Amino acid sequence: MKKVIALFAYLFITFSNIAQTVKIKGSDTMLPMMQLQVEAFLKRYGGDINVTGGGSGTGITALLDGSIDIAMSSRDLKMAEKLKFEDKKADLKVVQIANDALSVIVNPSNKILSLTREQLEGIFTGKTVNWKEVGGEDLPIVVYTRESSSGTYEFMKEHVMSKKEFSKSAISTSATAQIVYAVSQNKAAIGYVGLAYVEPIVKAISISYDGGQKFIAPTFNNAFNKIYPVTRPLYLMYGGANEKQVKPFLDFVLSIYGQKLVTHKGYIPLK
Amino acid sequence: MNLAKLKDKFFESVIYSTGIISIVIVLFIVYFLFKEGIGIFDKQPLEEGYCAVVHHYNHVNKISPEQIKKIVEGDLTNWKDLGGSYDSIYLFTLSDIEYKFTAEELGENFEHLNEKIAQYVSLNTGILAILPEKYVEKSLTRIKLDKVSLAGFFNGQDWYPASAPSPQFGALPILLGSLIVSIGAMLIAIPIGILVAIFLAELASPAVKNVMKSATELLSGIPSVVYGFFGIVVVVPFIKDLFNLNIGETALAGSVILAIIALPAIISLAEDAISSVPKELKIASLALGASHWQTIVRVMVPAASSGIISASILGIGRAFGETMAVLMVTGNAALMPTTFLQPVRTITATIAAELGEASTGGLHYQSLFILGSILFVITFIFNLSAELVAAKK
Repeated sequence: MKKVIALFAYLFITFSNIAQTVKIKGSDTMLPMMQLQVEAFLKRYGGDINVTGGGSGTGITALLDGSIDIAMSSRDLKMAEKLKFEDKKADLKVVQIANDALSVIVNPSNKILSLTREQLEGIFTGKTVNWKEVGGEDLPIVVYTRESSSGTYEFMKEHVMSKKEFSKSAISTSATAQIVYAVSQNKAAIGYVGLAYVEPIVKAISISYDGGQKFIAPTFNNAFNKIYPVTRPLYLMYGGANEKQVKPFLDFVLSIYGQKLVTHKGYIPLK
Repeated sequence: MNLAKLKDKFFESVIYSTGIISIVIVLFIVYFLFKEGIGIFDKQPLEEGYCAVVHHYNHVNKISPEQIKKIVEGDLTNWKDLGGSYDSIYLFTLSDIEYKFTAEELGENFEHLNEKIAQYVSLNTGILAILPEKYVEKSLTRIKLDKVSLAGFFNGQDWYPASAPSPQFGALPILLGSLIVSIGAMLIAIPIGILVAIFLAELASPAVKNVMKSATELLSGIPSVVYGFFGIVVVVPFIKDLFNLNIGETALAGSVILAIIALPAIISLAEDAISSVPKELKIASLALGASHWQTIVRVMVPAASSGIISASILGIGRAFGETMAVLMVTGNAALMPTTFLQPVRTITATIAAELGEASTGGLHYQSLFILGSILFVITFIFNLSAELVAAKK
């Protein structure tokens, strides 16, 4: 029996030593880019970094609980989260690494090309239920949304829907790629994703934030020049105590090469 | 005592203690589940340590989470509608602090936050401020929120557990969602499962039986995420086209996938039950002149009925607790289910999708544990009734 205990103790100690891995978790929007960054970083410098998605909220909660080293977030910290970090005396560092254009997507067969913010609010809160109300054909609107753990969900709620709740009948998916697939399959569907997820199988529509005077398409150039109204920063967050461990990776992401990778995956670099 | 006896004794005690340990672990998990969840009741539906504050002239002293939601949505705008005096409602939450005060005003570590808030509340007669208790001076007037109640939890129809400032925990659509998906799965899987079991036990040639048996075993070895993927790509579009719907992600899609997942268990258990009917019964029936078909329907199946029923119950118990595949195909909209052809949100999908962001010990976290406890109770009832049916024989 003692031998067994000793064996377990040994295994435990070894595994906790291995746990020197840098763990990154959070935003689904940022996942493809971060995977590329980590791959490139490990190829150059070696080490052990582990990236998972799950949504910005999941990443921030995990960082609060201390189970990861870096949280990826596609939204700002909520005040409540800020105060929780304050309570924990965690010296939280937030680094912006890229920008993203929140893109509203519809099926390519949909003849709608542009919508105003007010129309989007109506559609996503469930007040507008048919495409003909916004100038499309007579077809009920099918709204796709993310789970509430998603930073894109929160950003959408705060910046497009004036903080109102999503419609109860909105289909919610736990991964961004699923929205893209579903919208490509359903001609009545509408959804929202980060620019990097926009593929030719769906159509990103232009958005107006001035009541329909000027519609702007979510393209790289429009987002880079900050003309596109729903451009948002993407962040990495970490505890100050961990700085030494995560700094080399952060420097890499912010380097010229790292920023090239950002562009390569369809995100907007800082400069 | 010789060595052999000692050895026996040792192994006996190892086996004994393993049994005890597993029982203790099971009890501990159940205790943990309930303990983590039960705290939600009798709490105000605000985040841990938060309170709601109004101006000291305001004499409304109670407000419900639904009303707060209406205020946020702009459907409720005046204190008059809540029984107060004529004054428009101004909702103030933590996230507004950043826009109202500069970082210098608040101080580096938010040390001036308390006095700024107190000042701000006293300046706005229509204010409804929802803030952490520790940033609110004792002198400010509090307003009470209806507590989360058992009835509200089981009867409420609004599931917005992450909604700020006041989350809402109406789990009825979710409970019914799980139920409707499972009932659908039951209606599909049980008849098919029993027919296949009869076919395997009585009608199939040994070669066919071998192939079929290993095929069903293979089916039970496929991870549920693969079934979910199959569901998204094949079942969901198929249902959408078949019924000419706008949305393919429906309760029916979940039922079909769950039925496929439950089938292997139902088939193999029911087949065992039919095969283990004593040979003498079958021979006697045939000797009395009954045809093979009559023998199966009138003799074999009734004799194996308790085994078949418990197989069905266990299969459905498995389906009820299935998570990943359901999460992927049912659409997860927390609507009250009325037909099989609409999106639903199930208990397991809710827990899987939301537990990651729920901070430990908070209201949202507790509400998910309550859902887990309910799931446990239901699965326990399924298993218990399977045991009882099997024991009746």
